Amino acid sequence: MSTTPPADILLSVENLSVEFPTADGVVHAVDGISYEVERAGSIGIVGESGSGKTVAALTLIGLTVTQGAKVSGRIMFDGRDLLAIPKKELRHIRGNEIAMIFQDPLSSLHPQFRVGSQIIEAMRIHREITRPAARARATELLELVGIPDPRRRVDQYPHEFSGGMRQRAMIAMALANEPKLLIADEPTTALDVTVQAQILALLERLRRELGMAIIMITHDLGVVAQIADRINVMYAGRIVETAESRPLFHTPQHPYTWGLLRSIPTLDGPRGVELLPIPGRPPSMIRRPTGCHFHPRCGYALPDHATIDPPLVDVSGDGRHRAACLLNQAQRDAAWAALKSGGTPEQAREAAGLTEVAVPVPEAEVAG
Amino acid sequence: MTAYIVRRLLWGVLLLVLVIAVTFLIFYLLPSVDPAVLRAGKNGSPKVIAEIRKDLGLNHSIVVQFWNYLKGVVLHLNFGYSYYYNDPVGGLIVNRLPATLSLTVGAAVLWVIVGLPVGIISAIKRRTFLDRAAMGTALVFVSAPVFWLGLVALYLFANDIGQFKIFPGSGSYVGLTVNPLKWFESLLLPWMVLSATSTAIYARLVRGSLLQVMGEDYIRTARAKGLSESRVILKHGMRSAVGPLFTVLGLDIASLLGGAILTETVFDIPGIGRLQFDAIGHGDVTIIQGTVLIASIFIIIANILVDIGYAFLDPRVRYE
Repeated sequence: MSTTPPADILLSVENLSVEFPTADGVVHAVDGISYEVERAGSIGIVGESGSGKTVAALTLIGLTVTQGAKVSGRIMFDGRDLLAIPKKELRHIRGNEIAMIFQDPLSSLHPQFRVGSQIIEAMRIHREITRPAARARATELLELVGIPDPRRRVDQYPHEFSGGMRQRAMIAMALANEPKLLIADEPTTALDVTVQAQILALLERLRRELGMAIIMITHDLGVVAQIADRINVMYAGRIVETAESRPLFHTPQHPYTWGLLRSIPTLDGPRGVELLPIPGRPPSMIRRPTGCHFHPRCGYALPDHATIDPPLVDVSGDGRHRAACLLNQAQRDAAWAALKSGGTPEQAREAAGLTEVAVPVPEAEVAG
Repeated sequence: MTAYIVRRLLWGVLLLVLVIAVTFLIFYLLPSVDPAVLRAGKNGSPKVIAEIRKDLGLNHSIVVQFWNYLKGVVLHLNFGYSYYYNDPVGGLIVNRLPATLSLTVGAAVLWVIVGLPVGIISAIKRRTFLDRAAMGTALVFVSAPVFWLGLVALYLFANDIGQFKIFPGSGSYVGLTVNPLKWFESLLLPWMVLSATSTAIYARLVRGSLLQVMGEDYIRTARAKGLSESRVILKHGMRSAVGPLFTVLGLDIASLLGGAILTETVFDIPGIGRLQFDAIGHGDVTIIQGTVLIASIFIIIANILVDIGYAFLDPRVRYE
């Protein structure tokens, strides 16, 4: 795809920051992230809980300002800056041009309204449509997302649906107004593995058929691998690595991404590779570590990484793969090569020639 | 569902028998005025009293007396006879019911239409001055005893003894069928006084309930759909928040229907509460028994209605 015409950008997030003032101090939930989503494209945003990925997504549709967040930057969506337009206009975009689905489909559907009426409501907020017509369309939508017997299901309550069907119903609701962008926040985390695969396949199918862009937020690289063209890895409110899916999986450039890749089981990786959890816990977003925010947990951090804050820089030469890491290219290549072939972090450090590294201590041992 | 209702009704009947037994036992065991003495009047000689005792069946054992009373209640809806009023207790209660009903329903309407909005606004404007002022006022009214509030209200606003002669005062009650306008006027002050505490409680309840609901995921979904904030709160939020309110409302109304003793007494409204209060003064045991029984019936029925209503309010609740 080297002859791609200039990309048709649907969403462009520029230097977005979200802060929450609290009694304990300012929470820097999102710290200057930038990314783009092409029309009908799909990106993955990956990170641990607390990395700011959900806050960043909720901010797109204006749902963090109501919680008292201070937002700065620009969110250009289809020619409009979502941070600058009047509230009313944003509300019209919300649920209409940008729809969102959430992690736990049971708690995300109102337990006391019928599934059909919740879908009908989503339609009738944004368009003039009679109730019977909306109802017919709701039934169609349930069918589209693969719910059997939609004519009966449309009148049922969420508790009468199984977990996977609830998420399908959520998706049907999100599709009600044929949005240009669907934000899926951990849509498969609460589901069985087999159902997960079905939901992902459904989302991928809908993206192709309806030309709807998708932002997939997850902590699970395995989930985005199937669906995202590009993956942004977030850590402590920042994007620490961004690349198209293939290079991200094959030549990841950030130790945090290595950690994520080595902490999930793969079928196609070398056999007998030990799964390695990332030591420690995500940092406090109020008092973040100095220098590279990841250095206290990084197995490859040199002493001066505690003072130098790495920028997100091009590592591929064409700007398509960027990472925020203070190691040099040779060190990263050597370390990942060792890890990829099943080596331990010690072997990777040795391969990269990182002998003066202070090895991070797991949280529990620090506490003990 | 039907089986559930039948079962609940049967339990209700059993509970009523228990209530009857307990009230019967209390007034039998505790020292109170002997009905025969009451009947004989001031100059009744021991002989006359003994005869009356025999007439009334008071010479029988407690078991027989209880059985006779129970039989009367169940078979003939006969709640006994008041020797003070020289009237059947059932008739007295029925005569007093309209006043109590007027007082209760009016007060309930008032506390719902005031308490709900106050609670909702407090929840939306949480931690603002408005919220604190509303909840502070609510705390005052929750703590204020209704008889004190009633007296203060009369002292301030009654058109006879009040500082600002605005509302008809104590003893001005007129039946609805007699004169609807006067009925309404005379009840304004009692309604406000009786509803004050409940308004405060409901406002706090709505606030707490709504605040909890507004943190739910489905509220986030409602916002993500693009609903206006007022629709999010009033439709999606309140739909869940009214549940606990509905329960309390049913029971509150039921217990007031059993007689708002303090309010009816302060405002001299001829309702069941006033009947009860006077009966206590006269030692009129059958009336006390009868009114306690009526109050129990209201509460038991309200409980059943609330539980059935809940199944309609929340589709997840199903009774097998």
